[in-house]
Amino acid sequence: MTSTALRSRAWKLLEMVTTPLLPSDYLDLVSPLRAGADLRGRIEAVHPETGDAATIVIRPGRGWRGHTAGQYVRIGIDVDGVRLWRAYSLTSPTNRPDGRVTITVKAIPDGKVSNHLVRRAKPGTLIQLDQATGDFVLPQAKPAKVLYLTAGSGITPVMGMLRDTEFDDAVMIHSAPQPQDVIFRSELHDLVAAEKLRLTEVHTDIHGMLDIARLDELVPDWTERETWACGPAGLLDAAEKHWSEHGVPERLHTERFRPSIVATGDGGEVTFSTTGRTVDADGATPLLDVGEEAGVLMPSGCRMGICFGCVTPLKAGAVRDLRTGEITEAEPGVLIQTCVSAAAGPCDIER
Amino acid sequence: MTAIDPTAHLTAEQIEELGRELDAIRDEVIASRGEKDAAYIRKVIGAQRKLELASRAVLLFSLFPPAWVIGTAGLSVAKIMDNMEIGHNILHGQWDWMRDPKIHSTTWEWDHVSPADQWKHSHNELHHTYTNVIGKDNDLGYGIMRVDEDQKWHPFHLGQPLWNFINACFFEYGIAAYDLELGKNLHKRRRNNPEFRARAKAVGRKIRKQVLKDYVVHPLLSGPSFLPTLAATFTANLVRNIWSHSVIMCGHFPEGVQVFERRSIKGETRGQWYLRQMMGSANISGSKAMHFMTGNLSHQIEHHLFPDLPSNRYAEVAVKVRALFEKYELEYVTGPLPKQVFSAWRKVVRLSLPNKKPKAPVIVPEREKELVAA
Repeated sequence: MTSTALRSRAWKLLEMVTTPLLPSDYLDLVSPLRAGADLRGRIEAVHPETGDAATIVIRPGRGWRGHTAGQYVRIGIDVDGVRLWRAYSLTSPTNRPDGRVTITVKAIPDGKVSNHLVRRAKPGTLIQLDQATGDFVLPQAKPAKVLYLTAGSGITPVMGMLRDTEFDDAVMIHSAPQPQDVIFRSELHDLVAAEKLRLTEVHTDIHGMLDIARLDELVPDWTERETWACGPAGLLDAAEKHWSEHGVPERLHTERFRPSIVATGDGGEVTFSTTGRTVDADGATPLLDVGEEAGVLMPSGCRMGICFGCVTPLKAGAVRDLRTGEITEAEPGVLIQTCVSAAAGPCDIER
Repeated sequence: MTAIDPTAHLTAEQIEELGRELDAIRDEVIASRGEKDAAYIRKVIGAQRKLELASRAVLLFSLFPPAWVIGTAGLSVAKIMDNMEIGHNILHGQWDWMRDPKIHSTTWEWDHVSPADQWKHSHNELHHTYTNVIGKDNDLGYGIMRVDEDQKWHPFHLGQPLWNFINACFFEYGIAAYDLELGKNLHKRRRNNPEFRARAKAVGRKIRKQVLKDYVVHPLLSGPSFLPTLAATFTANLVRNIWSHSVIMCGHFPEGVQVFERRSIKGETRGQWYLRQMMGSANISGSKAMHFMTGNLSHQIEHHLFPDLPSNRYAEVAVKVRALFEKYELEYVTGPLPKQVFSAWRKVVRLSLPNKKPKAPVIVPEREKELVAA
């Protein structure tokens, strides 16, 4: 018998000892971060960055598989006793000697999780983690010339890259309302002083929004640069249009924190067949919110359609993608993202 | 038997006002649920696990009588905690709002031979919706007993003190059979109904796992203490069963609790539904420890009004609910455990015999609500 088979036998025996609980329910009491446990992390420190942003230092569990600069991680944290999941960009370099990772969070108005993390999170708190994911990353071969086009908290995935990689020729245009709102400002200025980065700060309260046409003047060789852009939808929409018009769309990599919602639809009676709950939903409310409101245990993640942490089988009926207006009809094997889908007539969600 | 409707003095408007006042109490708790409550249930679950683990560890040495006594006592308490304050309440969805998949009504499984999902159907759906409605709520005597004059007497009922005692000792099996509707389903064709067979299979699996754990695996682990450990787990299960049976009998069977006729609930309003829960349930008075060990089912009245509010909040809710009972001049049936258990048992014994007096004429109050005082 192989050692794996032996181990699985031993585990079966342990399950007989602990039924109806699992052995892990007991192990979690003493060692929640051990290998083999559900992936969790412990908050070790919270460092303020600006008036409304903070960096959270997390010690990940043994099952953490590391990340690539620019990726994000889904975390689940209990706010007022309720577990909420959100996705945040990782800002730590990938080879941090102590194995810790950091996320940097900006408190957004009415943001339950972001405000909790920035203002109330305490070291020692256990949080739930997913493995890092996302394709807003550098290619295998380091590009010769890069441009970073960022605004607000859009700086966070880029900071992960800057801390991880030494570039030969990197330019950054970063927008924030005022100088004191620029997250990582002193570190950015250190990079500038060390001649590792050329930086243009746009203070939008003073200068107004960045006009994308100014690129020619700010970075004359921008069409030759591999560009990573992250920020509000307006900036990214303008950038995508600009890069396309100049025939270099493949040079632009974007990351959206918020979906642009265009479509609202019919709504209808939503059945959560596993739990047997039925509620009426309008055509504008994401099914994730509908389910949570009805007390159904819904998996969730970024709540903006990027992380696929909320996908659930659609058993019957049709739903509308709130970003595109596209209708998805039920078929065996069809999964929908409940955070960006609303009822388009009666539907049945397997939850 | 008297046929006085103890709510006859209330007008339809008053009953609806009562409903609104109860809704307000509920809303207040829901709005204030939070971190403290979540910490409470996690603490209880953690404590239960540690206690069970420690007790089972002590039982490894149960050849020594002091270890047997300590281990058995600890395991009994752990099993009671698992079933009452933790299992019953989580399966009611009281902690679903936390969105923690490990503490959720759809994922929780308890130390009991009835699988959680079957129990949720018969208890949460049937019993809690049709509380004390004769012919609808099978909890009224669990289909083997007569606990109200209004239920038809049958010679079978002569033995009900004995049935009740046996049911108390093996309560978890009684519940499993009850959740399966075994009596009804063992008849002729129903036995082969695939849905019933699947459920029966699930119960069989659950029983096998539970029995294997308590009566084979743990005694074997104890080696030379095999037999004492076996006796200890048997005792702990017995203690847990008798305890939960007693607590549950106190919820609806003591004197003073009302039962209702099937047609009385036709077109029932929210206020009337609340009123039925108030009149159909009874509390147990006592210390904090007593409330905890009953899984707060000592606050049965509050639990029946608000089955999905976190159990740790029933004590504060009870003060407000009791004030409403007084305001509307209704009887709040409560008493210490021994008194309520005695009252329920006395009824079981009394009703094992046919009614002494002829059945009182059926009264149909104006709002088509009929109450028969037991």
